[in-house]
Amino acid sequence: MTESHTPRDPATPRAPLSADRAESIFTDYKPALTRDQAITEANRCLFCTDAPCVQACPTHIDIPQFIRKIATGNDEGSARTIFSSNILGMTCARVCPVEVLCVGDCVYNDKGEPPIQIGKLQRYATDLAFEKGTQFFEAGPDTGKSVGLVGAGPASLAAAHRLRRLGHRVTIYEKRRVVGGLNTTGVAPHKLRADASLEEVDWVLAIGGIDVRTGVSIGTDLSFEELEKRHDAVFVGAGLGADTLLDAPGSQLANIEGAVAWIERMKLEKLDVSGFQHCVVVGGGNTALDVVREARTLGIPKVTLLYRGHEAGMSGYEHEWESAKVQGVGAAWRLQPIGFEADVGAGKSVAGVKCVRLDETKKAIPGTEHVVPCDLVLLAIGQSTLGSLLASLPGVALEKGRVVTDEQGRTGRRGLFAGGDCRNGGKEVVNAVAEGDTAALAIDAYLKGNSHG
Amino acid sequence: MVEPSNGTKKNVSPSLVSNTGGIVSPNPFWLASAPPANSGGQVQRAFDAGWGGAVWKTLGQPIQNVSSRFGGMHAKGVRGVGFNNIELITDRPLETNFREIYDTKKKYPKHAVIVSLMVETREEWKDIIKRSIDTGADGLELNFGCPHGMCERGMGSAVGQEPKVNQEITSWAVEYSSIPVLVKLTPNVSDIRPHGMAAKRGGAHGVSLINTIKSIIGVDIDSFAIEPRVQNLGTNGGYCGQAVRPIALHMCASLAREEGFGLPISGIGGVCNWRDAVEFILLGSSSVQVCTEVMLRGYRIVEDMNEGLTQYMRDHGFATIDEMVGKAVPNYSEWGDLDLNYETIAKIDPDKCIGCNLCMTACHDGAHQCIHPASTKPGWDGKSRVPVVDESECVGCNLCQIVCPVSGCITMEEVPNGFAPATWNQHVETGAQLRPKKGAH
Ligand SMILES: Cc1cc2nc3c(=O)[nH]c(=O)nc-3n(C[C@H](O)[C@H](O)[C@H](O)COP(=O)(O)OP(=O)(O)OC[C@H]3O[C@@H](n4cnc5c(N)ncnc54)[C@H](O)[C@@H]3O)c2cc1C
Ligand SMILES: Cc1cc2nc3c(=O)[nH]c(=O)nc-3n(C[C@H](O)[C@H](O)[C@H](O)COP(=O)(O)O)c2cc1C
Ligand code: SF4
Ligand code: SF4
Ligand code: SF4
Repeated sequence: MTESHTPRDPATPRAPLSADRAESIFTDYKPALTRDQAITEANRCLFCTDAPCVQACPTHIDIPQFIRKIATGNDEGSARTIFSSNILGMTCARVCPVEVLCVGDCVYNDKGEPPIQIGKLQRYATDLAFEKGTQFFEAGPDTGKSVGLVGAGPASLAAAHRLRRLGHRVTIYEKRRVVGGLNTTGVAPHKLRADASLEEVDWVLAIGGIDVRTGVSIGTDLSFEELEKRHDAVFVGAGLGADTLLDAPGSQLANIEGAVAWIERMKLEKLDVSGFQHCVVVGGGNTALDVVREARTLGIPKVTLLYRGHEAGMSGYEHEWESAKVQGVGAAWRLQPIGFEADVGAGKSVAGVKCVRLDETKKAIPGTEHVVPCDLVLLAIGQSTLGSLLASLPGVALEKGRVVTDEQGRTGRRGLFAGGDCRNGGKEVVNAVAEGDTAALAIDAYLKGNSHG
Repeated sequence: MVEPSNGTKKNVSPSLVSNTGGIVSPNPFWLASAPPANSGGQVQRAFDAGWGGAVWKTLGQPIQNVSSRFGGMHAKGVRGVGFNNIELITDRPLETNFREIYDTKKKYPKHAVIVSLMVETREEWKDIIKRSIDTGADGLELNFGCPHGMCERGMGSAVGQEPKVNQEITSWAVEYSSIPVLVKLTPNVSDIRPHGMAAKRGGAHGVSLINTIKSIIGVDIDSFAIEPRVQNLGTNGGYCGQAVRPIALHMCASLAREEGFGLPISGIGGVCNWRDAVEFILLGSSSVQVCTEVMLRGYRIVEDMNEGLTQYMRDHGFATIDEMVGKAVPNYSEWGDLDLNYETIAKIDPDKCIGCNLCMTACHDGAHQCIHPASTKPGWDGKSRVPVVDESECVGCNLCQIVCPVSGCITMEEVPNGFAPATWNQHVETGAQLRPKKGAH
């Protein structure tokens, strides 16, 4: 497609990554397995039938089979098994919370022995395939049908790849000038850096025939109606919206920022944090637990997690909090921010979070107001939804901002499908991949006229 | 071969089609005659999983089995590295088996179905062969191998151990059969070759080997029972599983290189994965059969076998199985033809060494006392635990490399010593000069 062909589609090319990104000082916190380690570990796997680890994986990778293939030295076959269920298997091997997914359900837990390190074995096999540049899949014979996908995150990438294997033409519209979605802009760099994410996107795109149009925001640069006109089916994988911010006195002060926005800057830009002495992160979810560690690693001397519940009540994973504590992150429990204090000098930057203590029922306890001094506040209290993007479309139902679909990813509108964070309200990369893949199969059935869509 | 990197080109896949004495299968992986090939339902599931052929559980006069029947050899925390059994041939009615073979062949015309047989009299052989052929089966396998229960009745290994009887029964079978006949040999003989030759003289189209090895898998040291235990007694059973592979490989290679033999071989014994299969093929097998690993891990192991073999063939430039068969056989030589002047020594990679000193103990107590503590090295830093090989004493026996837990840490390297190659036979015949012995003082 050319610009003249698409007058209202001002695509701008993908932006290269800058070399001095703040994230580049991060190293893998779970180092790769050596060949010996991988083979020893692979030989421990029992090759279970109807394995609980497979059931726990949203993309249902045949884990015993890929592990056995590592044990026999069939490394390429191992990667093929992984990628045929999960095309972002390289990322997932690094970013999946395996402790609560496959590894958490490995039968060895019940035997009282260390569970199989499935994520590390998956990384072993997928890294080898990446090093060799092996491509396992090819595009199916052209069906003449075309699908437009909104967003270039994990959900759309998985859907696009599956659709290409099935022979459909695919165009991805991405509002940013970088692709990969939160894999590139959000995931903690000690798990996956932006360059690795982009490398993976290129590998996925190598199947050929996926047109990626960056710098095009659907709803702004190109209307939904126009999108639907251009394509035979549309998949929405737009993720979530911007950070939720606190509407409290002083919230306009400098150095108060949404955590996801700050992480994006850290991952894509040079970020000077040398002046900060104490960073307060508000929240108790996984974004909060990522950002406290990131702030510490970048060198902020004191980092405090400020949460309105108690330690055990955090929605973030226990294993992530344990790692954060090891990095010297402190915590303040049962505190509700009610405002921000300005610095005494210019009065423009934040100098403290005004808090009130909460009781068991999360009610403020009068007389407990106090200020936690700090010079950087990162708000990790949630992301807004992008539901409004679709709100005007007849037939599309929203629930708390999430796009409502059936199990296959079909919305109530003909030819419109959705998956990933915008559908599930914000889960993991692997859920987005699973939903994108499932929706692609539903789209295929729809395009072949086997389903109402 | 180079992998295409644009993801749109298809690799030219090597062909896995195998032909064993006229029995053709889409790949060389067959279920051995044993419990995994006991019934139509099982064999069909196996074909769906990717197996290329199946040798049906041996048919004959249905027997009565004991309980229990199997024993496992567990080694250093790994279960079932060896396995034995005291079960007999099929215990199901012949008609049922024949009907299921017929059904299976109908549904899977391209897969190889081989009927394994074991009966006594000439009349019985004639009858059961006719009925087997009527099922549409692709071949017969004569079970001259079972080392327990049946041999006492004059069948199984009782036949396989007597070349004359073997030849005679084989010739009956070949006479009555219009489809290829394989003879399954027993390893419970001192030399496999006369038995393979007997099958050949009898007119067999190929041989399968090995059946199980006479064994006692273990004793319960508290109750004094022999395993597997039938109430308070046990008996010798047939040993199989990955631990028997070296014995099977040797027997396969012995026949493959035997002058005047030349029959196709279906290799059996301890095949667990594609690598094991490749070894059998390189030593002369046209197909491989698997029993124990399927019993322990199921039909699904074949996915990796097919894929791993394909990848191997691609990496080594083999287009067909036939090109691979027997590739390593010429390298199997007599001891007297090995070059006595060829010399290797052990080298330790200090970057890989983890300092366990297993090699040192092994060399000191089990070899030639030529690996010494790190501290004996001149200029030792007081910390390093990397042992030192005294190269002037190392005889190149491999022991340290075998015991070393880090792969690639100890390598055996060839050292030129200026002596022309000289084998023992040459030395005896022509007085060829041998290098001075090492470590012999
Ligand atoms: C800080 C953070 C850390 C995380 N860490 C992990 C982790 O360690 N492990 C894990 O499994 N998951 C993690 N997640 C969750 C994971 O990143 C998401 O679940 C996953 O990326 C969702 O994929 P998606 O494709 O649905 O959406 P996204 O990855 O959000 O991608 C959506 C894409 O759509 C684009 N877009 C949005 N609107 C439009 C529009 N109107 N027009 C065009 N394009 C549009 C966006 O720019 C974006 O590129 C993390 C999330 C965050 C926020
Ligand atoms: C339980 C069991 C039953 C067997 N029954 C038969 C049989 O009926 N006929 C036969 O020819 N071989 C029989 N065998 C031998 C196998 O076919 C095979 O030759 C042997 O087990 C070696 O292969 P493996 O190491 O893959 O198990 C049996 C083996 C086992 C373990
Ligand atoms: S549950 Fe554990 S042992 Fe069983 S297949 Fe999965 S990883 Fe292997
Ligand atoms: S494997 Fe099955 S048949 Fe055999 S003893 Fe166990 S339960 Fe019984
Ligand atoms: S056995 Fe291997 S790892 Fe251990 S000391 Fe010897 S060389 Fe080093």
